[in-house]
Amino acid sequence: MNGQARIPAVEISSRDLKHNAHNALGDTQLRGNMRKAMDSLMAKRLASMPDEYEREHLREMGNHVRARALSKLPELLERLEANLTRNGVKVHWAETVDEANAIVLQIAEARRAKQVIKGKSMVSEEMEMNHFLEGHGIEALESDMGEYIIQLDHEKPTHIIMPAIHKNARQVGSLFRDKLGIDYTEDVDALIQTGRRVLRQKFFEADIGVSGVNFAVAETGTLLLVENEGNGRMSTGVPPVHIAVTGIEKVVENLRDVVPLLSLLTRSALGQGITTYVNMISGPRQADERDGPQEVHLVLLDNGRSQAFADGELRQTLNCIRCGACMNHCPVYTRIGGQAYGTVYPGPIGKIISPHLMGLENTPDHPSASSLCGACGEVCPVKIPIPALLRRLREENVKKPDAPNPVMRGQGSKYSPRERLLWKGWRLLNTSPWLYRAFGFLATRLRGLTPGSLGPWTQNHSAPKPAARSLHELAREHLEGK
Amino acid sequence: MSEPFYNAAPNATRVAPPLPEPRQYPAQKPGHAYLFGTCVLDLFFPEAGLDAIHLLKREGIQVHFPQEQSCCGQPAYTSGYTDEAREVARAQLALFAEDWPLVVPSGSCAGMIRHHYAELFKDEPATLRQVQALAARTFELAEFLLHVCKVEFKDRGEPQKVALHTSCSARREMNTHLHGRALLAQLERVERVEHDHESECCGFGGTFSVRMPDISGAMVADKTRALQDSGAAEVVSADCGCLLNINGALEKQHAPLRGQHLASFLWKRTGGAE
Repeated sequence: MNGQARIPAVEISSRDLKHNAHNALGDTQLRGNMRKAMDSLMAKRLASMPDEYEREHLREMGNHVRARALSKLPELLERLEANLTRNGVKVHWAETVDEANAIVLQIAEARRAKQVIKGKSMVSEEMEMNHFLEGHGIEALESDMGEYIIQLDHEKPTHIIMPAIHKNARQVGSLFRDKLGIDYTEDVDALIQTGRRVLRQKFFEADIGVSGVNFAVAETGTLLLVENEGNGRMSTGVPPVHIAVTGIEKVVENLRDVVPLLSLLTRSALGQGITTYVNMISGPRQADERDGPQEVHLVLLDNGRSQAFADGELRQTLNCIRCGACMNHCPVYTRIGGQAYGTVYPGPIGKIISPHLMGLENTPDHPSASSLCGACGEVCPVKIPIPALLRRLREENVKKPDAPNPVMRGQGSKYSPRERLLWKGWRLLNTSPWLYRAFGFLATRLRGLTPGSLGPWTQNHSAPKPAARSLHELAREHLEGK
Repeated sequence: MSEPFYNAAPNATRVAPPLPEPRQYPAQKPGHAYLFGTCVLDLFFPEAGLDAIHLLKREGIQVHFPQEQSCCGQPAYTSGYTDEAREVARAQLALFAEDWPLVVPSGSCAGMIRHHYAELFKDEPATLRQVQALAARTFELAEFLLHVCKVEFKDRGEPQKVALHTSCSARREMNTHLHGRALLAQLERVERVEHDHESECCGFGGTFSVRMPDISGAMVADKTRALQDSGAAEVVSADCGCLLNINGALEKQHAPLRGQHLASFLWKRTGGAE
């Protein structure tokens, strides 16, 4: 293949998962890039936690820390607010993304801000903050290298940790050549240096720095932020104003709780013992300090999280510490990439959290797009039973839309009287022994009549032909001599 | 809301709870055992069920196959039709009343009974106790042969390379891959070969394969390619769902390779067919 060719990204225009997946599966470049990247990430994770006993203990701890934090979420959020306020951080509460954006805009307008530099933040993706700010004449520039690349290419992140993981060096080289006017190169170090040169100036020009939060520590009023590029520290330390945005579930009780979670996060995500930077932000610049922002804000966003919180089983969704290990190990994600999901959070965690953020009516196929193989649940550092939650969402998805006491927005988005009838028939067949045996008898005796085409099944398979006699018959003959 | 303060330990950062113990197996080989045939096996791989019966009988176990059995309920359960799944599960419960082991020649169906029936009946205390008792004596065939019968196979076949595919629920709920490997390792002239991304799903996932045929198709295409590239002359699996998927795809591709049930392979290799 011509190394200079500009390879278009997979065309993703809708939230129709099946349609997007179909297109993505045909993109051999994407398939190859994803497989290679995910294989490497899986190997790195395992190499960083080689001892099964230690690993499983750590995951158990992670689960308990998160479960305990969620069990007293309202109380911890109030303590977080009190301690952050004491530290000089202004805390804002937003129920919706519109409210969150309005808060950010208000802060920006008060400072007459024209330029915003951003560290990586998935919550800001939920808010579509860049788009929103640009609509109000404020430039928002991503400073995480992966985010910067996809922003240049007008794409959405394909992975929550590595937003441009679906692109290889050749594709980035072409992109930089086209957008930044530099000579084409596939040298990764050279490409990164180019990106860093562009961004460095922007850090000093920016009026506001925006970041996410990995853990918000209630006991001390500390915002913990991990990163590998230094852009997080620059975004939160250089501009005069720092706005952190995060979901309400990110709170943990105390600093001791951070220890196992941090160990799990960096190992599960990238196979790192620790990230290059661990930022612990405890307030604005003090009188005797020479750097740091003059103002620090925290925007706490709900955006459907309290819906998950209200149900004891679905609440486990909020255990998530956003490591991305479930994606890296998912055979579906590996094949279709993150953009095909059409949601901010892709992969297994995306399939269980997006229905809360966007409603099942906007994510009707997401719970079904899984073979329930369990690879995600096996590696989740905080032991979210992702397959069980996917199954639960399927149950909510096929209920009658007007069934009482809904726990989900968009309940019954896949309700189909026809399918329900089919399952009622299946139930009758499998609860009536004589009917079941009659069915088995007919299916085996009429095996010659098996149609050659069986809808979606025969897209990938030849039509299955029943055996000449069922096990019921063979066993009866063999065991009872009949 | 079911359990608002689920598993929240007060001092979790310093004291992690002990990990679950590995499964304990009966010390004595039982005289009787039930066989649960499973619906896919019943219609599409009945000879595998018969071979499982042969294997158990050779170990001196009297096998019982209640004729009223049908399906474990898994297809409806994983599709979200929980009520339908519960009633089908209920219809099976009464059939295995004696305190004999329930042997299932499918890791995913065994996992359904052993791990998910409790969820189905969590609001029916009396049935739940019955379900828990049944779960405790439910075994996947390979683990039953290995750990309860403590089989010692004598290989009667020619040297052969074999690939083992394990269903995901079986792997993660029943450890079937380990049991299958251990049984194959007893066969002197059988060489078990690894295939690329062996632990990855074949793409079946029950109704997933018809709801998401594009994604499922991409997965089974990769799996069948890996199996063919492995150099194996035979493919064995202890799950008929996977076999239905893999064999159907291989046939559609006009590839000569076919998978067979572990029970059939073991029975043949150890001289059962003679």
